[in-house]
Amino acid sequence: MDINKRYTAQSWPDHPETATLEGKNKFVGFWLLLAAETVTFASLFATYLALKDKGPSGMEFTAAGLFELPLVFAMTMILLTSSLTSVYAMYHMKNHNFKAMQAWLGITVLLGLTFLGLEIYEFNHYVHLGFGFTHSAFSSAFYVLVGTHGAHVLFGLSWFIALMIRNSKRGLNMYNAPKFYLAALYWHFIDVVWVFIFTVVYLMGVIG
Amino acid sequence: MSSLAQKKGFGAVLWDYLTTVDHKKIAILYLISGGFFFLVGGLEAMLIRIQLMKAGNDFLSAGLYNEIITMHGTTMIFLAAMPLLLAFMNAIMPLQIGARDVAFPFLNSLGFWLFFFGGIFLNLSWFMGGAPDAGWTNYASLALASEGHGIDFYALGLTISGFGTLIAGINFLVTIINMRAPGMTYMRMPLFTWTTFVASALILLAFPPLTIGLFFMIFDRLFDSNFFVVEMGGNTIIWEHLFWIFGHPEVYILILPAFGIFSEIFAIFSRKRLFGYTALVFATILIGFYGFMVWAHHMFTVGLGPTANAVFALATMIIAVPTGIKIFNWLLTIWGGSIQFSVAMVYAIAFIPSFVAGGVTGVMQAIAPLDYQLHDSYFIVAHFHYVIVGGVVLGLLAGTHLYWPKMFGTMLSEKLGMVTFWFFFIGFHLTFFIQHFLGLFGMPRRVYTFNADQGWDLYNLISSVGALFMAIGIIVLLVNVVLTTVKNVRVGNDPWGDGRTLEWAIPSPPPFYNFAQTPLVRGLDTYWIEKMEGNKEGMIYAEPLGDIHMPNGSIIPFVMSFGMFVAAFGALYFMDDTKPWALAVLVIGLGITFGSMLVRSLKDDLGFYITKEELIEDAKRGGNTDGHK
Ligand code: HEM
Ligand SMILES: [Cu+2]
Repeated sequence: MDINKRYTAQSWPDHPETATLEGKNKFVGFWLLLAAETVTFASLFATYLALKDKGPSGMEFTAAGLFELPLVFAMTMILLTSSLTSVYAMYHMKNHNFKAMQAWLGITVLLGLTFLGLEIYEFNHYVHLGFGFTHSAFSSAFYVLVGTHGAHVLFGLSWFIALMIRNSKRGLNMYNAPKFYLAALYWHFIDVVWVFIFTVVYLMGVIG
Repeated sequence: MSSLAQKKGFGAVLWDYLTTVDHKKIAILYLISGGFFFLVGGLEAMLIRIQLMKAGNDFLSAGLYNEIITMHGTTMIFLAAMPLLLAFMNAIMPLQIGARDVAFPFLNSLGFWLFFFGGIFLNLSWFMGGAPDAGWTNYASLALASEGHGIDFYALGLTISGFGTLIAGINFLVTIINMRAPGMTYMRMPLFTWTTFVASALILLAFPPLTIGLFFMIFDRLFDSNFFVVEMGGNTIIWEHLFWIFGHPEVYILILPAFGIFSEIFAIFSRKRLFGYTALVFATILIGFYGFMVWAHHMFTVGLGPTANAVFALATMIIAVPTGIKIFNWLLTIWGGSIQFSVAMVYAIAFIPSFVAGGVTGVMQAIAPLDYQLHDSYFIVAHFHYVIVGGVVLGLLAGTHLYWPKMFGTMLSEKLGMVTFWFFFIGFHLTFFIQHFLGLFGMPRRVYTFNADQGWDLYNLISSVGALFMAIGIIVLLVNVVLTTVKNVRVGNDPWGDGRTLEWAIPSPPPFYNFAQTPLVRGLDTYWIEKMEGNKEGMIYAEPLGDIHMPNGSIIPFVMSFGMFVAAFGALYFMDDTKPWALAVLVIGLGITFGSMLVRSLKDDLGFYITKEELIEDAKRGGNTDGHK
């Protein structure tokens, strides 16, 4: 593949992410990685469900008493929206419109940062209530499940930012198109995991 | 290994191996380090057998004994058997499908170095305050009570090397899905490629639960969380589930590639197409599938209840069916063949009764009520050594003889090979057969000694003598390797004369780009087909000779893995009040890893081209080039 080859919207292939062998390999490999990630989160969810509300005898915290939906609902909306904006970014990537792609990625990053900020605020709030990481089996399972997701968000954001800065001057080519595509795919995965967290941890937690 | 390489200085060769992304060289790295750890694990085994040689022995203390059995099991499974299999997968699988390399050469190197540093980290525990001592299964109730840092070395070391294995698994999957030569349909893939494929899929889905279990273990021990701390609401059974959800697929990750090696051997040395190729493929897939549904047969005595035990007992027995299908296919491959009793073939033939014995005891253990009697006794030790030594290790030894010429261009001595075989084979049965009876007589596993009045002396002594036989066999193998390397008699493309698949159509060792022209595959056993039709070159081609694109070498995988290694020390000492620098070490280590990851991501790496003219030059020299620009 020639990295210096210039494309126009007309010569740009329909599926730039899989137009080269390298791209195809990355594409398949990344889906497999997501399969492994799925098993990872499945293990975390199973553990969380096993340890939910479990603690030293007489523990005052329960999921039903602790979690409040409004903030978490706002976080959910923000993350879902960021998934949508990353779809717009990929739409423009496929049309070889680099500027528009960068702009939408920028918005995605801002939304992701907001989500992360709110999550830190939420954790901080619980810690101040006395519900720290070492408080109980319940707290450990909660922080590791939700925190692992948070770490994924952080990694996804860093990935977007690195790609945007690195390629800001040279635009789209066959070498970086698969990278943008995979970063966006990763972002969707993170979003789907959050939907499960919202349902299993928060909704089912509040219901009791 | 060519004349060119021999002229290079030591430093240059070392740098070459540190930065290589060539699957054949990475295979050699896996072979050397896996072989090294195999010797370490073997030494530990000998210490165990010396301790158990007689009643009331005090050769090892109880505590040291616990450390040695733990490290023996952990080393053999994670640091010897798996990497040795990965060595053959790396060396052979891309050649079998007609590819120039794996899908992600850079990640291939990263996978190796992660495994390597994880293994070194784990073994440093011997010198840094004591090894882990809760068994290779590391049950949480024992592990949390273990003093010192042994368990932390275990959890951190296996986490790092586990990442390496996961990366290798993904890499092989993508390679097989995307990089098969034209005409190499799935149902024309050699069986070793198929078993590599299924084993890699198992790695992909089985390693994450282990990693999560290890994470919980690390958090509980080093950062005061409470996953397994019962007073704080934790539950130790979670560890057992996570470990065995990984652990049972793991035994198939080990045995399937060995099955693949044996399948190749049976076909080559019977000069016959594999009997029931399709059945073999589907049995492999089925075994992989069922492998995930039987983990609780390791937990029959935990108290999951009769329903759970019944379900898992049945599922376990079902697995024996596809395994049996394979055994019959191999027997029918040999049947009526024109058999050549090479060392590799002799190993393969010896494997069949040995492995069947292990399968039979497996089905016995699957009978849950009977397992209440057998569990945690020497019967279990006998079972898994029959399947692992009688299956996996015989497969590795057979594979070493079969593929040595392809990897190094020289032939191991068949004579010395036979000596190794007989010592090893007799020693193996001597050691482990009798352990079935020790188990039935009530001897528990993982206990450091026994009394003279228990009547176990003679059988244990016989078992220890058997271990000595195996050790002699392995020493003869080492001598064989040294002599073969010193004599350096070069061999041609198809040293066995009866090669059937693509790897035997190219030079030994192959040029670094493997295939100057991508081959066109016309059927199962494609090289055999071409030979039978009188095609001197052994291949027809899917493309004209042209420039070839190759990846650049890189030191980044080594540096990234080294960063993890450093960070692991930081995590290990994080909670020690006397070591305030631990946090800094943790941060620096992670900084090295993520920093080099960033460099990798930001710096373009487009590889290079070998021109058509260079390829023609190479072909004139016999194709054995070293791989350097
Ligand atoms: C016919 C197929 C097999 C069956 C039915 C079977 C069944 C079992 C059962 C029920 C146990 C648990 C016994 C107990 O702890 O009470 C067990 C243990 C074990 N099996 Fe198998 N097995 C089979 C094949 C294999 C293979 C192919 C391997 C490895 C290559 C293997 C490796 C092991 C190991 C390592 C253990 C002991 C783990 C430990 O507790 O340390 N098995 N097997
Ligand atoms: Cu099992």
